[in-house]
Amino acid sequence: MRIPCPICGSRDIREFDYMGHAQALDRPDPGAGAQAWDDYLHNRDNPAGPTRDLWFHGMGCGAWLVVERDTVSHEVTGATLARDVKGGAA
Amino acid sequence: MRLDKPGQIDRTQPLSFTFDGREYSGFAGDTLASALIASNVRVVGRSFKYHRPRGVFTAGSEEPNALVTIGQGAAAEPNLRATTSELCEGLVARSQNRWPSLDYDLLALNDLFAPFLGAGFYYKTFMWPAKLWERLYEPFIRRAAGLGALSGAPNADHYEKAYAHCDLLVIGAGPAGLMAALAAGRAGLDVILADEDVRTGGRLNAERIEVDGRPGADWAETVTDELRGMGNVRIMTRTTVTGAYDGGTYGALERLSPEVAARTGAPRECFWRIATRRAILAAGALERPVAFRNNDRPGVMMAGALRAYVNRWAVSPGKTVTVFGNTDDAHRTAADLLAAGVHVAALIDARPEAGTDLPVRFYAGAQVVNAHGRGGLEAISIATLSGIDKVQTDCLAMSGGWNPTLHLTCHMNGRPDWSPALAAFVSRDGAVPGLLTAGACRGDFSTHGCLAGGLAAAKAVLKDLGKRARATDLPVAEDAPYRISPLWAVPGKGRAWLDFQNDVTVKDVKLAATENYSSVEHMKRYTTQGMAPDQGKNSNVNALAVLADATGRGIPETGTTTYRPPYVPVPIAALGAGAQGAGFAPQRFTTSHDLSVEMGAPMVEAGLWYRPGWFPREGEKTWRQSCDREVGMVREAVGVCDVSTLGKIDVQGPDAPAFLDLLYTNMFSTLKVGRARYGLMLREDGHVMDDGTTARLGAHHYLMTTTTAAAGQVMKHMEFVHQCLAPQMDVSFISVTEQWAQFAVAGPKSRDLLNGILDDPVDGDSFPFMACGAVSVMGVAGRLFRISFSGEHAYEVAVPARYGDSLFRLLVDRAGELGGGAYGMEALNVLRIEKGFITHAEIHGRTTAFDIGMERMVSAKKDCIGKAMAARPGLSGPDREQLVGLVPTGAVKKLTAGAHLFDAGAEAVRKNDQGYITSAAFSPTLGHFMALGFLKDGRARHGEEIRMVDHVRQIEARCRVVDPVFFDPEGGRARG
Amino acid sequence: MRFSGLRVLTEGLTGNRGWRPHWRDPDPRPEYDIVIIGGGGHGLSTAYYLAREHGLSNIAVLEKGYIGGGNVGRNTTIVRANYGLPGNSEFYSHSLKLWEGLEQELNYNVMMSQRGVLNLCHSDGQRDAFARRANAMVNQGDDAILLDRAGVRRLVPYLDFDNIRFPIYGGLYHPRGGTARHDAVAWGYARGADGRGVDIVQNCEVTGIDIDNGRVTGVQTSRGAIRAKKVGIVVAGRSGQVAAMAGMRLPVESHILQAFVTEGLKPVIDHVVTFGMGHFYISQSDKGGLVFGGDLDFYASYAQRGNLPMQEHVMEAAMTLMPVIGKARVLRSWGGIMDMSPDGSPIIDRTHIDGLYLNCGWCYGGFKAVPASGNCFAHLIAQDRPHPAATRFRLDRFRTGVGLMDEEGTGAQHNLH
Repeated sequence: MRIPCPICGSRDIREFDYMGHAQALDRPDPGAGAQAWDDYLHNRDNPAGPTRDLWFHGMGCGAWLVVERDTVSHEVTGATLARDVKGGAA
Repeated sequence: MRLDKPGQIDRTQPLSFTFDGREYSGFAGDTLASALIASNVRVVGRSFKYHRPRGVFTAGSEEPNALVTIGQGAAAEPNLRATTSELCEGLVARSQNRWPSLDYDLLALNDLFAPFLGAGFYYKTFMWPAKLWERLYEPFIRRAAGLGALSGAPNADHYEKAYAHCDLLVIGAGPAGLMAALAAGRAGLDVILADEDVRTGGRLNAERIEVDGRPGADWAETVTDELRGMGNVRIMTRTTVTGAYDGGTYGALERLSPEVAARTGAPRECFWRIATRRAILAAGALERPVAFRNNDRPGVMMAGALRAYVNRWAVSPGKTVTVFGNTDDAHRTAADLLAAGVHVAALIDARPEAGTDLPVRFYAGAQVVNAHGRGGLEAISIATLSGIDKVQTDCLAMSGGWNPTLHLTCHMNGRPDWSPALAAFVSRDGAVPGLLTAGACRGDFSTHGCLAGGLAAAKAVLKDLGKRARATDLPVAEDAPYRISPLWAVPGKGRAWLDFQNDVTVKDVKLAATENYSSVEHMKRYTTQGMAPDQGKNSNVNALAVLADATGRGIPETGTTTYRPPYVPVPIAALGAGAQGAGFAPQRFTTSHDLSVEMGAPMVEAGLWYRPGWFPREGEKTWRQSCDREVGMVREAVGVCDVSTLGKIDVQGPDAPAFLDLLYTNMFSTLKVGRARYGLMLREDGHVMDDGTTARLGAHHYLMTTTTAAAGQVMKHMEFVHQCLAPQMDVSFISVTEQWAQFAVAGPKSRDLLNGILDDPVDGDSFPFMACGAVSVMGVAGRLFRISFSGEHAYEVAVPARYGDSLFRLLVDRAGELGGGAYGMEALNVLRIEKGFITHAEIHGRTTAFDIGMERMVSAKKDCIGKAMAARPGLSGPDREQLVGLVPTGAVKKLTAGAHLFDAGAEAVRKNDQGYITSAAFSPTLGHFMALGFLKDGRARHGEEIRMVDHVRQIEARCRVVDPVFFDPEGGRARG
Repeated sequence: MRFSGLRVLTEGLTGNRGWRPHWRDPDPRPEYDIVIIGGGGHGLSTAYYLAREHGLSNIAVLEKGYIGGGNVGRNTTIVRANYGLPGNSEFYSHSLKLWEGLEQELNYNVMMSQRGVLNLCHSDGQRDAFARRANAMVNQGDDAILLDRAGVRRLVPYLDFDNIRFPIYGGLYHPRGGTARHDAVAWGYARGADGRGVDIVQNCEVTGIDIDNGRVTGVQTSRGAIRAKKVGIVVAGRSGQVAAMAGMRLPVESHILQAFVTEGLKPVIDHVVTFGMGHFYISQSDKGGLVFGGDLDFYASYAQRGNLPMQEHVMEAAMTLMPVIGKARVLRSWGGIMDMSPDGSPIIDRTHIDGLYLNCGWCYGGFKAVPASGNCFAHLIAQDRPHPAATRFRLDRFRTGVGLMDEEGTGAQHNLH
């Protein structure tokens, strides 16, 4: 599998660490309550199909990426810097 | 026998070799199989289960029978296919899975017991008495099973891994692959052309087929020469593409020729990862056998293989050959044999409408129903409309049609489609993104079809990649239609083999169906059909056709099992190349490494680093003596220890204070410039991630320290928090672990030692406890931190790493003059336990700030990572095991890490478990053992007598629960 | 039909004509007392124990493909009870005891081979952690032996003791651990359940879960609607999708785990051996293939296949640990879908919907759990209270933080366990 790092170009996944669904970007407020935090940290849609997940280019530029990917076909359709995704949402 | 015709062998280069100790000879260009055939060796192996004698069956990597061990000593390699093993001078080959010899194999007895050894028999017996499974049944089965044997010696050969990148990977260099590579190469694409054979040409080397009016192999050679001349084309022969993976990545195994591999330092094999934009699969097709009674006799072989032996290697496995098939290939085989001067005793075509002009005894609409001859084929029985004919023959060539080699197209979960016209599965386009098929592996079986298919695929790739195709003429070649009348298994009594390697017969598949293992996957797993080294390449389609028949379903409905990588088996040494010995992980060395080694310190792995365990001095016989002395040195004089392995992260920017406040449970924005503070970091799930001191070097400048073990994890975590949670923060950070050599200088005389090397001496006022700042170390700009992991008056002094070696030598030297010296990890550990300082033995991923007594360090004034989840009810409270100190009070004075804790009178069983010990050591300072551990509601139980039980070390001790700080609880020594 | 050596003999002498189907292929009936979704090892053993221990037989197991086609047929066949934390300790201990009599219980040879499991340690700290775990095993009543380097060398002399990157300090040996013939476990339970009246319905995909007023009433399937009083979900990697049919969002992320087998070889590895400085575990099957695996590929996946980086990493671990197998050839690689939970431990619990039960989160440790998982899940479904050996596998533990069982100590990131 290869990931199109916006900074480094197409790279083998062995350069990356995987963290999980990109919902990890949406950290709840400290006082959001037990359910919100449980949903954030533990519960997952776990889709069989298109997903957005977080990869860290640790053996490359050090960027965290939001990767658009399919969990069934392993097709990778895009990657965006997490800071841009986060910045856009803010 | 060797035929009197040229072939692709070099008769000027005779080669001698041995098989099972007997000497034979062949020629350069031979495989072991062709050389054995030339030498009239018929039996080359024994089958897996019934130990039946077996002969060479194919001429390729799919070979099921001719598996041999080649080489001697540590170089011996089991299960090699004689059919793809290049002959070389002095080659030593042995047959496998027989005892005492290939000719007289004791376990051939199994063949007599075949009625009791059918599919899955072992699931129904060997159950009584239960204990005998491990003691009797299983050892016997294990010894009888298996094929070849490993040498028992560690691998002593060199293997490699490599990467390659290209625009187009062409897999297979037969007519289709050559055409594709030619067109793509001429158009300027970066092309890799890979083929598992030693030469390009594919079937053109094995057939008497003409291309453009010339022998096919000559045409292939010309095209190959042109490709070799192109700078943008790389030809990789002896290279099998083993798997298709995501993103256009392919695995490939390259075997070096025996001559090259024999050179010093040269690898035997190299595993390639090829990243390509597009691929064309032109892997050809595999011929399939027909199941009939005793079709596994030595001398029965595939027709296409026989043609390869006759045409390419100029050998014939028989003097009187018969041919049996259901396509025109049977006729082509007979014709080739006749042309080579080999006697053809009969040609049997299962198709009733077939005819022939060949001068041979011909049967149309007939079938071979039995093969006779225990040690090798002597005769066959042919069922005709008028009865059974028996024909004397020592070799039967059979062909049941061809299966396209579509394996790679299915490596990414693609499933093939059934083609009734071809009576074979064909690949589905698009099954592997970026991969096209061409030639026989697409079901185009004529030479013209292959050439045209290769060219068309290349043009499609060029168009796709926006490249213009240059004019490439399509050579002229035969375009015979493929006419097949499916024939899977000839009906009749006896055993008819499907999977030759695993000894799976038609009966076994039918039994599986009877017992309702009727899914193709159940049938496979119940009978072991297709699970042997050839992975069913010779047998799967036949077997599922038999299953379809037995279950009354069609073949498409029955479906195939899953094609999995690798296409051919790959040595572990190739996939794991480079990792043997120390190569498995990088080695990191500190600047003090050389001196430590010079001083005789055992260097111990700490993550990827190596750190000194202790520094033995003359007269010290055990590590404990050295350790106790080093502890004493630090407590009474001064010790020096390299702490460079701790993670050092330089954090800068206007938002650095706020960023650290978010990372750590406690406040760093309030830390004064020139001061350091201990910090506790949680994971978002509320458990402790790491700890360490962070120094504020400027208003917007901090230097963080992490533990050695967690340095990488913390760095990644910080990047996550910054980029994913707080990108608005104006902060930058970078690891400077390798840039600075840092040494702890600890003990009452530490300041004396330091002031001897600092250009401007420090004192208690200029450098109080937890102070930090820039210093000049004998003219070198360095940093000084007054922090202590030993509880003593201590500093850590840092200089750029290039000065580390000399500074360490100097410090150790000067410390010696003050009655101190270097100390290692063991002493460091004792010193910190005496002070109740935690390491990852305590913060092992399951402990909370509450557990270690630091819940007050979670600031109420701000948010931090992990704060919300740390507030979950389960993460604090009296049910939690809390950090305590333990000292022995009974007759047994030793405490051990890993022991569990129980109430004084309680039995040492799970339901009474109260906790466990994480760190234990003898304290030379206190004169007794001490331990840190976690005890249920431990903080409320100081003073209580409890029981420590270490079952596995057989130590049990009474101990008292105490505060985890054993030594100088007020901390006066560090501050003073 | 009872299986025995005598039966094999008499059948062999009479042309093997008497063998019968090991299980029926019934069409689903319109209504059952209990429907188990998932015909893997766990689902089949659940059905078996519902019938065997709770006297229930109006049960269907619904399998969307063929039984045993998921992880029970894709693992590295290791059976062990060497956990360190309460909750896991008692459960896997219970499971190992069930394994020990399984052939006789099922009258089907699942080839449980108690050849011993050896975990290697490579530092003082790791050895102390092993000691803690070993003591927990003994506290539980299971067997554990802490070996020093010499002891390891006596047991498995073929390891690279001299050149390995991370020296071998010792090991945790668990003699009662071992391997079993994975497919046979599914088949044995299927045959046993079928013989007790359970309908095993293959090629029957559940497409919906019917809920009325907070109570489950049945399921929709590719073969029609089926009413049921109780429904158990036991679908491993597919837990997220099936639970979503009941409106639930689970603490589970599905990941790919690869496994490997070499060509057949004469006996070389007699135990199960695991490497402590890289995820690598290996044993040799009775047929002679070296069966081994490593860590997850680390990315969420339903593909049942993986990629080269982890394959290479596993082989690299093999080469540093036991270069004696370097010339063994990898014959086949495959993958399974692992239902990774946030603490690496499973969930066997009721749900907020009456009559709907959940069994998931086995991560990649599900095979050894097959007997106890079914046994405890059957108990929960039949009696509506947890089996004593599985009281801690609660669904709400992540929200409350009570009773987390993070054996690896890696925290709430699904792919790190």
